[in-house]
Amino acid sequence: MSLDPVLLSRIQFAWVIGWHILLPAFTIGLASFIAFLEVAHALTKRPVFLTLSQFWLRIFAVSFGMGVVTGIVMPFQFGTNWSRFSDNAGNIISPLLAYEGLTAFFLESTFLGVLLFGRKLVPPFMHAVAAVLVAAGTLSSAFWILATNSFMQTPSGYEVIDGRLFPKDWFAIVFSPSFPYRLAHTVSGFYVTTALVVLGVGAYTLRAGRFAPEGRAMLWLALWFLALFLPVQIVLGDLHGLNTAEYQPAKLAAIEGLWEGGRGVAASIVGLPDQSAQRNWGEISIPRLGSLYLTHSWDGEVKGLEDFPADQRPPVAVVYWAFRVMVGMAALMLLVVAAGFVLMARGRLDQCGWYLKACQFAAALGFVAVIAGWTTTEVGRQPWTVYGLLRTADSTSPSLTGGDVVVSLALYVAVYLVIYPVGLALMLKMVWDGPAPRESVEPAASGQQPFAPLAALPTTPERAP
Amino acid sequence: MTPTLGLVPIWTAILGFAVFFYVVLDGFDLGVGMLYRFAPSREDRALVMNSIAPIWDGNETWLVLGSVGLLAAFPVAFAIIIPAVYFPILLMLLALIFRGLAFEFRFRDAEHRTFWDHGFAYGSALATFAQGVILGAFIQGFRVEGRHFVGSSLDCFTPFSLMTGVALMCGYALLGAAWLVMKTDGELQDWARALGRRALIGVALAILVVSIWTPLAHPAIALRWFSWPNIVLLSPTPLVAAGLVGLVWRSFQGAADGAPFLASLGLFVVSYLGIAISLWPTIVPGHFTLDQAAASPSTQAFLLVGTLALLPVILVYTAWSYWVFRGKVTADMGYH
Repeated sequence: MSLDPVLLSRIQFAWVIGWHILLPAFTIGLASFIAFLEVAHALTKRPVFLTLSQFWLRIFAVSFGMGVVTGIVMPFQFGTNWSRFSDNAGNIISPLLAYEGLTAFFLESTFLGVLLFGRKLVPPFMHAVAAVLVAAGTLSSAFWILATNSFMQTPSGYEVIDGRLFPKDWFAIVFSPSFPYRLAHTVSGFYVTTALVVLGVGAYTLRAGRFAPEGRAMLWLALWFLALFLPVQIVLGDLHGLNTAEYQPAKLAAIEGLWEGGRGVAASIVGLPDQSAQRNWGEISIPRLGSLYLTHSWDGEVKGLEDFPADQRPPVAVVYWAFRVMVGMAALMLLVVAAGFVLMARGRLDQCGWYLKACQFAAALGFVAVIAGWTTTEVGRQPWTVYGLLRTADSTSPSLTGGDVVVSLALYVAVYLVIYPVGLALMLKMVWDGPAPRESVEPAASGQQPFAPLAALPTTPERAP
Repeated sequence: MTPTLGLVPIWTAILGFAVFFYVVLDGFDLGVGMLYRFAPSREDRALVMNSIAPIWDGNETWLVLGSVGLLAAFPVAFAIIIPAVYFPILLMLLALIFRGLAFEFRFRDAEHRTFWDHGFAYGSALATFAQGVILGAFIQGFRVEGRHFVGSSLDCFTPFSLMTGVALMCGYALLGAAWLVMKTDGELQDWARALGRRALIGVALAILVVSIWTPLAHPAIALRWFSWPNIVLLSPTPLVAAGLVGLVWRSFQGAADGAPFLASLGLFVVSYLGIAISLWPTIVPGHFTLDQAAASPSTQAFLLVGTLALLPVILVYTAWSYWVFRGKVTADMGYH
């Protein structure tokens, strides 16, 4: 059988992590937003904060639930498909993963239960504290999982004994060279992603013509947040890139599509990298600019792909284009925010139909950027699972046949293609129904399911124009 | 057999505790899921589901801690066992996806409510069955060369492991029924009492079959139980188990609503200890002892510091959330 278990296992991992990461990309920011709303309500007693918190909690419950069940899949992948990686690197990565569970998952899941079901059962301040603890849990989760990933990207603090990795310095392991940049860039990216969703939902709510105060509040909060965080995120991305140039030069060369290194290198704008011909087809580039932004000097030295043996280069075209998609998304985001502030200055932000409609589409930009950025960094790490130490091809479970992985991959594809569309449809329906305050909702009519925990939703929403 | 007091025994104890905690906590809510479809009426089914809605998610977290804890404390065991049970793990994960999402989706997605009802019930059943198969495969052992599993991904499906799969379904159904006796009243509670007794019959049979089958199939396990003086020292185990079966049976009739759950818990403790006695001190039966499979002392020490600090805190706030949601489940309990 010519089915390759390594390639299939990689596709399977990409499939399950790619779908999973969309949820933390949203819920990490949303948990902090809800905590902000809960605390703001506790302090100011303004009802709009409570209404918005209740509204976003409903959406959070669905997305967080999906994040939990797709997240449980992830640690098992290390065992089912990547057992040689687990054996080789287990002494180092496992405590980091375990600390994620200990510091994050219990905190999140326990206090989410209180947040969703306990508003009547605990004092109001405790409810706000629960929101803050859920948010703290999501951030702690990001800390540990990105520490794990950063070690795999830029390993440090280890020693190799009998071909396996052993810990030498835990501080150096957790705070590996790329970790501070990766953590800051990723979490800030997740916050931006959530803010764009809030922006889009606020715009939709305004266009629908109901719940205007809530819609305006969402639009206003999201725009100001983005105005602060988007520039920060772009600076963090640049710093992360400089770090990559230092510690993963082959990845950086792939991002740049730079085959021949040297001093005063050009910046490739677009082109089609060809791995076997070792050149880019149809390339447009700007001389010397590459050295400027990579080294912050006109004739700084940059390594090219040809400085690395062919079997130590990542798939260049994927990394090159994923990076450009991410940057393109950032440019679109800037445009949306800039236009928003121009309209705000003219005082017609909430009446400008085309802009509000554009904001609805902008809700997806963050997710595209997250997937593209993740692809850049993960495919850019290839052909290694632990950079420079353990090859991807040497990381899979030896017992697996191609047929085994075809079956599991097919099932993961089938199940995710059911749950994601359903989950998305349910969340869109909640947006459709709008941020109706709970107090105003009539008791469920007869013939409906009065015992359902979520039955308190309005059942006949008017359609938006 | 007599390890010096150090990191390995401590981690064995912590991991043993975490896995047991998972088995009990997710055990009762998977059990509730399996019984869900048989509840007398639609209103009852909603109550049944609400009895676990606020806590299932926290319960499932112990599964992550168990698997990652195994990787952390005994990495080579993780690297051998998990690929060896490739398909049961796959089925368990997919089943857990459906049953976890059913909590949210069932109420939201009215058009497909039947689908999510089935997802909840069959998802709970399949996840339990798969865990039972994993347990059976673990007891019967794996083909290992060096540090890797070298058998086929289908090796784990044997008559024995299929039997343990069914056995665990009975076990979780027992816990689920006992939980419902504690959380409900009236007719629904009577129904749970009746179902709990039926599940108990299955559990008693399963314990009997496993106790006869494993020593017959595994000489090392027979030696452990039947050699002198173990046969005397260990004889209380089956006697206590038999006594507990009787106690659970009677408690389902009794007036104390918490008694069936406590007694069932006792039965699980004894069964768990029975398996531990059979396999001690191996973590990959026949190949790796706990000491041989242990992670580097630095790894175990680094994680132990945080675990000793965090685990008590986790237990306290888990207990607090159970206290918040204490008492009988009522129809008006729900989101806010």
